[in-house]
Amino acid sequence: MDKEVRYQKLREIIKIYLPEDVSIDQVTQDSHFIDELNINSANLVDIVLDVEDAFDIILENEDMDKLLTVKDALQIIDAKIKNK
Amino acid sequence: MNYNEIISQLPYKKPFLFVDALTHMDANGAEGVYTFCKEASFYAGHFKDFTVTPGVILTECCAQIGVVSLGVFLMMQEQTDVKDLQIGLSSTEMQFYKPVFPDEKVRVVSEKLYFRFHKLKCRVKMYNASNEVVCTGVIAGMIKSHKNG
Repeated sequence: MDKEVRYQKLREIIKIYLPEDVSIDQVTQDSHFIDELNINSANLVDIVLDVEDAFDIILENEDMDKLLTVKDALQIIDAKIKNK
Repeated sequence: MNYNEIISQLPYKKPFLFVDALTHMDANGAEGVYTFCKEASFYAGHFKDFTVTPGVILTECCAQIGVVSLGVFLMMQEQTDVKDLQIGLSSTEMQFYKPVFPDEKVRVVSEKLYFRFHKLKCRVKMYNASNEVVCTGVIAGMIKSHKNG
């Protein structure tokens, strides 16, 4: 699975949890989940749980602390897949 | 473990504490009871001509026994400091079946769906004294101590 496919897969997950006033077209790799996309911390946990299922990886509390933007999420996913 | 210790760590007090006793706690769920005091102020207005416990209060009771108390128990099991808890409700999805009248005693049973990254999500059920199902649902909240930020 290449980077672009992973990004699209992540966007599909994020889309489910966006509040009504944010569209998926506004989501870029630099988007900050909480400050810009208006996703609350509880929904961010749901995104992570869906990411774990979709990519067959497990995130730790430390990963969660580093996960602020879409790019952070992609980097964590890439690293986890590489270390599988 | 003494369940009273869990109740003493809950961030609520009268008139907004809806837990009288916790009767069972384990890694997968919680059980507890509460009797709705007929003097509670909300009965004066809910409803104007017909007194019944508001659904939001039943939901709150389910959350305090089934989710928050369980969260405190799980954190204590993990040796996490439970002083200065930060708690926030994140979602509720409830169905109501029977009214609960003043002075009725209810029992809440919860089943943990997951507790990860400080988010605790549970399936909850409330029963009345005749063991009829009052309401069921899924409630989630964020729970953490100030110290683990």
